Parts: sequence; structure tokens; C-alpha cells
Amino acid sequence: MSLSESQLEVSPTPDEPKADDQPQSLEGLSPTKLAVRRFRKDRLSMIAFYVVAFVLVAAILAPIFTKIGIIDPISLNQDDKLIDPTLGGLPRGAAGGITWAHPLGIEPGTGRDVLSRLWYGVTFSLSISLAAAIVAIVVGTVLGIIAGFSGGLIDATVGRLIDLTLSFPQTLMLLALSSIFVAAIQQRTGLSTNPANAVYEIGVLGLFGWPAVARLIRGQVLSIREREFIEAAKLLGASPRRLYFKEILPNVWAPLLVSFTLITPQYVSAEAALSYLGVGIKPPTPTLGNILTDGVNYALTDFTYFLFPAIVIAVIVVSLNLFGDGVRDALDPKADR
Amino acid sequence: MSTTSAAPKHARPSGSGVEPILSVEDLQMYFPVKSRGVIRRTIGHVQAVDGVSFEVPKGGSLGLVGESGCGKSTTGRLITRLYKPTGGSIGFEGEDIAGFSPRQLMPLRREIQMIFQDPATSLNPRHTVGQIIGAPLVIHKITGKDGVMPRVKELLEIVGLNPEHVNRYPHEFSGGQRQRIGIARALTLQPKLLVADEPVSALDVSIQAQVINLLQDLQREFDIAFLFIAHDLAIVRHFCPEIAVMYLGKIVEVADRESLYTRPLHPYTQALLSAVPDVRQAAVGGRRERIRLQGDVPSPINPPSGCRFRTRCPIAKDVCAKVEPPLMQVGPRHKVACHFAGELGHHPAVPVTGIDVEGAATGGTVVESAGPGFEDTWLDLSTGQRTGA
Repeated sequence: MSLSESQLEVSPTPDEPKADDQPQSLEGLSPTKLAVRRFRKDRLSMIAFYVVAFVLVAAILAPIFTKIGIIDPISLNQDDKLIDPTLGGLPRGAAGGITWAHPLGIEPGTGRDVLSRLWYGVTFSLSISLAAAIVAIVVGTVLGIIAGFSGGLIDATVGRLIDLTLSFPQTLMLLALSSIFVAAIQQRTGLSTNPANAVYEIGVLGLFGWPAVARLIRGQVLSIREREFIEAAKLLGASPRRLYFKEILPNVWAPLLVSFTLITPQYVSAEAALSYLGVGIKPPTPTLGNILTDGVNYALTDFTYFLFPAIVIAVIVVSLNLFGDGVRDALDPKADR
Repeated sequence: MSTTSAAPKHARPSGSGVEPILSVEDLQMYFPVKSRGVIRRTIGHVQAVDGVSFEVPKGGSLGLVGESGCGKSTTGRLITRLYKPTGGSIGFEGEDIAGFSPRQLMPLRREIQMIFQDPATSLNPRHTVGQIIGAPLVIHKITGKDGVMPRVKELLEIVGLNPEHVNRYPHEFSGGQRQRIGIARALTLQPKLLVADEPVSALDVSIQAQVINLLQDLQREFDIAFLFIAHDLAIVRHFCPEIAVMYLGKIVEVADRESLYTRPLHPYTQALLSAVPDVRQAAVGGRRERIRLQGDVPSPINPPSGCRFRTRCPIAKDVCAKVEPPLMQVGPRHKVACHFAGELGHHPAVPVTGIDVEGAATGGTVVESAGPGFEDTWLDLSTGQRTGA
């Protein structure tokens, strides 16, 4: 069959609708490439994407900048010119001590640079959120695929496990078991307090987050496993491993990516909330959560110190959510909003 | 002469002398119907395929026709062993594969392949054409990594697609082209038997002929045997020298092309054929009488007693509910399962299956042939005598 005939035969497909304005070329456009095209046409999603990218780059750069001395989130600054000991260490000057040297002001009491702390806090908060999201996605995907594909008893077992996890009072448990588990982690692994706190937080967030992912993936797999290409693969003698990872997994990338981008901001706010409740990484190590928690104490006396971390959290959460929405729309243009 | 009950084994050569590659005998597939709730008791069975026997000659093709839900697709999936049959045997090259384990089936996967009905769902949308067609080679570790692409391109050329399209995705192709990709995948391992499950019914009519011609060319070139499942009688007539008609999990009539289309003996076959538009009749303005079947296909969970077709049969009598008609041979290559088998409008008044209208045996001549092949002798319906070749 010649190229000209193939051009004549091109018809819209029910499965993967493609954009109308596509030029025909010999190089195939994968469904992913088509999704990227759709994503780039959505202005709001692109803005969200740039914000997310900026935040990620900043988060990666923070440790490097600290090392070469551009930012300094830890060292105290008890200079009387900057903070006022008579007012309990409140920064001198307007709006929480904003100067060229300290663009977002300084921390009341300690005099540490707020920009440096927020910047580094983004790194810690995002690391914890992303790690927890990865735990949730991996556990949820594996269990979801197995449950959806196997059906029967295995499916029922995973289903009950999901119900059990969802019905657990997780916030209470996070609080109540925090000290015991963190101590146990420290004993087992020899980690110091804050890394152990981080491991605990990631583990608990992830292990309570997987049921949503597992449910989503199970539903997807239920419809995929009835498609004929699964039968075709079985007929070729494909192993279960090949069926799971080569045939099914590529078809659930889209919902996985979407849930990943939507779970991560949830965990950013969860980290902040848990910090307020006293779980997770402890000061002086900065996270968005414990900066905000500290800021709450000065909400009336040093408003900007409370405002900036709140803005940063809001920007990250909103842009990640918008980014996730954009990804979802791009991957599945038929989905209702 | 009393009833001859033939019990041929599946290795027996068929009447025509061509050795069968596939010989299916008394194949059964019962799907359990489970109750809802925590304790899922089996409350019944869907008798999707119930005692089907047929054979496919080497390099030949058998058509399997019937309406939706009659079990023809299930039969295809049993032959390819996507399902494990409840009973019966599937003789493939002299070996009964009905009870094979997945490990035993592995080498068999090269020999029996399948073409699926809907090319929109039978190709993984996330794989390129090259990955799809090359998958059999990778799974069976036939060629090294370097050997896959040349073979894929060769196969694309064989099925009439541009070999440069290996890196494209299924959604970039039309329905007909996608079906060609599916065919190429089935051909990759050079199978001896292809089960084609309605390979063209999802395609545009103008494309159907192209794909059918491609399948015929491939059959001739590579000597592949076909089990051709379809509901389009015209296409089956074009493709298959022998045709089996299924109704509700059973074969009601098997015959060579000429006998079946010119002299159908089972009322169900006659009804099916009357629904096929006839161009020649339309040209002269004539119209064939259309037999309209009343009602729906009965539930295969609880099929009717006796003859399964009796609830919709225009010529059914009381005896049809009492005695199930055996599949009996009525021509050199013609078998039918009906008490009142006869040409349209000339159905006999008394059963021809060796019983009277009350269902009692009369000792009349019957040549039963429940096995996969054909007998050497048959019952001549016009004379009521046993006849030989």
C-alpha cells in the first residue's frame, strides 16, 4: 500500500481522537505527543506548568545556594539593629524587617532570613510530598492492577483492605503513634530525629494515600482487561509480568500522572497541617509547615512573617492543582469536568 | 437396518481424504452463573457451546455461522485455548490440546493464532505497529533484538502496508489498515491454523473485500487453515468450501458450500439464507420469500428441551420437544440435525430420524454422525435408503 492510499484511508478513530490540524508525516505521533500538543494550547495550564517548573528548579537549587552561601536558612542573626529585644525580638523596620539584604524580612526572635528559610522550606516540603505521593502511587498501582486483573478473591481482599485503610482514623493515628514509631525508626536505622520524622511522615502519608490510587487503577484495569489486545497478548503466550507492565501499565499512565499531580499538592498542605499538630520535621530545619506554624504566633504582631509562607503554600498548591487539571484534560479530552 | 451410531475418533481421516489439522469432538463450554453476595454459589450454567464437533482440513477453511450469542466466538476462543473447555476434545495435529496446561500451550501458540473482530480494541493503543507485530517474536524469543525489525517490515509488506510505518501508532490507521496490522501479528509466528473471529464485520463494506482477498492470498501462499467465524453468509460463501451452522451452542447443519447454499435442509439454515439479499433476484424484480423467525433466541442457561430451535421453528411439531434430533449424514458432505429435514417447502410429515411422531423408535434408516468428520455412507432423504459414495 502506498503512502497516497494510506492518506486516503485515514479516518477519525473512536479510541484516540486526534487534533484536527495535524499534518500527516511519516513519523508517528504517540498518544503522549498528542496530549502534549493539547496541553500547550491551554494557557492556564501552561502558566501553572511554568510556576511548577520554577518551584521545582528553586527547590533543587536551594541546597546548592546554601552551600555556596547565597542563602542561609539556619544561622542566627541576633543583631540589635535588626531585631528589637525589648519587643520580644520582633524585627525592626517596616513589614517584618524587609530590606535589600532580607527581601522577605527576618524571623522574629532569631533574626534568620525569611527568604532563605522559605526557599529551603520548599525543598523539604516538596521532597516529603513527592516521596509520599510516589509511595502512594506505587503501592496503589501495583495493588490496583493486580486486583483489577485477577478479580475474584484477590480483588475482594484488596477491596476490603482499601475499605479498612479508608475507615482508619488516620490523623489521630498520625499524631498518636508519631513518637513511638519515630523512636522505633531511629532505633532500627540509626537515623537522627529529623530524618526519622521525615521517613515516618512519608510512610504514613503514602500508606494512607494509596487506596484512592488503587481504586482508580482497578477501575481502569477492569475495562482494559476486557479489550481484545489483552486476549491477543495472552494468545501469544505473554507472561503475567508482560501483561501487567507492557500491556496494561502504558494504558494507565494517564490516570496515574493525573493522580500524581493532584496528590502532591494535597500532601503539601497535609505537611503544613501536620507541622502545626507537631508531626514531621522539627525546627530549626525549615519546612513550609513549621515556618507557617511559627508565623501563626506572630499573625498580629508581625503579619508579613505569617503571610509569606501562607502565600508560598497557596501558590504551590494551586499551581500543582491547575497543572494536574491541565494534564487530565490533555490526556483525556472527552472527560467531563 | 438399525440405527448406526458412529463413534469416530478424532484422528480418523475424513471422507474427502484430506487429513484434518483440527478435529473437534463433542466440545462443551459451560460458564458458571454465580449468585450475588459474599458466598457465591453456582446457580446455573450458560451452555455456550454444547457438544460441537467439526474438523478443519489442512490448508482448508471451515466457516462457522450463526446469529449473535450462538456460541461461535466461544468456540473460536476454545480452539485457541483462551478458554479451557468444560468437556470434549480438541485434536490439533493428532494431539488433544483440550486439557493442556499454560506451559504445554506455549509451543502451540505458534501454531494456532487468531484474528480478532474489532481492530479498534485488538491493538494496544500505546504500542507502535512495530512493537505490536514484533511482540510474538519477543515473547517467544525467536530472533534477537536485531532480527525483529526486518521481520516486522517484511510482514507489513506482506499484508499490504507501508513498511516505513513501523513507528506509527494504531490510532493513525484506518479500520482496514488496523485489521491488516492484526493479521500481520497473527502471521508473525507462521501459524498453521488461524481462527478468524468475524475478521471483517467491524469494517466498512468497501474494505471488507480487500481484507477477505488478503486472507485468501495468505491462505494460498502460506497454506494456512482457517476457522472462519462470521455471521455474514455471503462472505462465508466466498471464503469457505465448508460451512457449519450453529444455533444456541449446537451445530445444526454442516455441509459443503454448494449443498448448503442451494439445498439447505435445516429450517434454521433456510431462515438464515432467506435473509441474505440476492442481487440476481433483485435484478429481475423477483423476491424470495423471507422466512421471519418469531421471538428471541432462548436463554442458553436454560435451553429448550429436545431440539433447541423448536421454540422459533416454523415446522416444529410435538416430537421436537421430546427428542433431540441427532446430527445425521444426508449427503456425501452434508450433515443436518432436524427431525423434519428437507428442502424448503418439502419438509416431510414424519420424522426422518428413525422415530415416529410420538418419539418412539421405528427402526428406520438413520446414519448418525456425531463425530467431527463425515461418514462414507449417508441417508438419501428422497428415497429413505442408505447410500454410499
